[in-house]
Amino acid sequence: MATSDEFRKQLETLRPYLLRYASLQLRDAAAAEDAVQEALVAALAGEASFAGRANLRTWLTGILKHKIVDAIRRQAREPVVSAEADEEVGDIDEVFTERGHWNDRPAAWGDPDGALEQAQFFRALELCLARLPGRTAQAFMMREHMGFETGEICKELDITPTHCWVLLYRARMTLRECLQQTWFAE
Amino acid sequence: MKLLSCRETTRLVSQGLDRELAFGERVALRVHFAICLGCRRAGRQMEFLRRAVRELPVRS
Repeated sequence: MATSDEFRKQLETLRPYLLRYASLQLRDAAAAEDAVQEALVAALAGEASFAGRANLRTWLTGILKHKIVDAIRRQAREPVVSAEADEEVGDIDEVFTERGHWNDRPAAWGDPDGALEQAQFFRALELCLARLPGRTAQAFMMREHMGFETGEICKELDITPTHCWVLLYRARMTLRECLQQTWFAE
Repeated sequence: MKLLSCRETTRLVSQGLDRELAFGERVALRVHFAICLGCRRAGRQMEFLRRAVRELPVRS
């Protein structure tokens, strides 16, 4: 079946959105471009399977998720670069005193769920995510956005469960701190 | 029972989002939460992060 020009055009309008989405998780512009390209090609080939579905963006995001996981798998097989070893070093220790108490007690966030209604909040969240080290961000997005179990994340990223928990802990603590400063600070 | 520091507590709270905690760990958390507002807030905020990140990305 020939792909309709109309369909192709609709897909193209979603490219910037898809790129942003892939970049959030892959942290590598070239890899993100590739994943989006693969997803668009797969979508064009699968126009028939889209027929009748309500939301093109949701459908396309679903395809892209698979491509992102493929790319993460490929990245994990590449030799570890030295930057990633730095992620082993604790960077959240300054949050606590030597005896393990809060240096600055977390402030109340008022009505955080109200923030979920605001597009601006998600921009702030994306900026905080972008500040996380690459592997930390990947583990976190796989867990919290894609809903992978820790065991699957260990396998895909080729790390131990303990390492995985450490990355997820760091991600949560760092994001908490970042949102505290950039969004929830009065 | 060993009392947890805030560092250990937040670590356990985080792991509780990724694995089933043992009975003793859950009790230790509850004891710490009873006396520590900061850790209660941090726990709620980590849960909130999960809800927020599920909803990414939004159309800009």
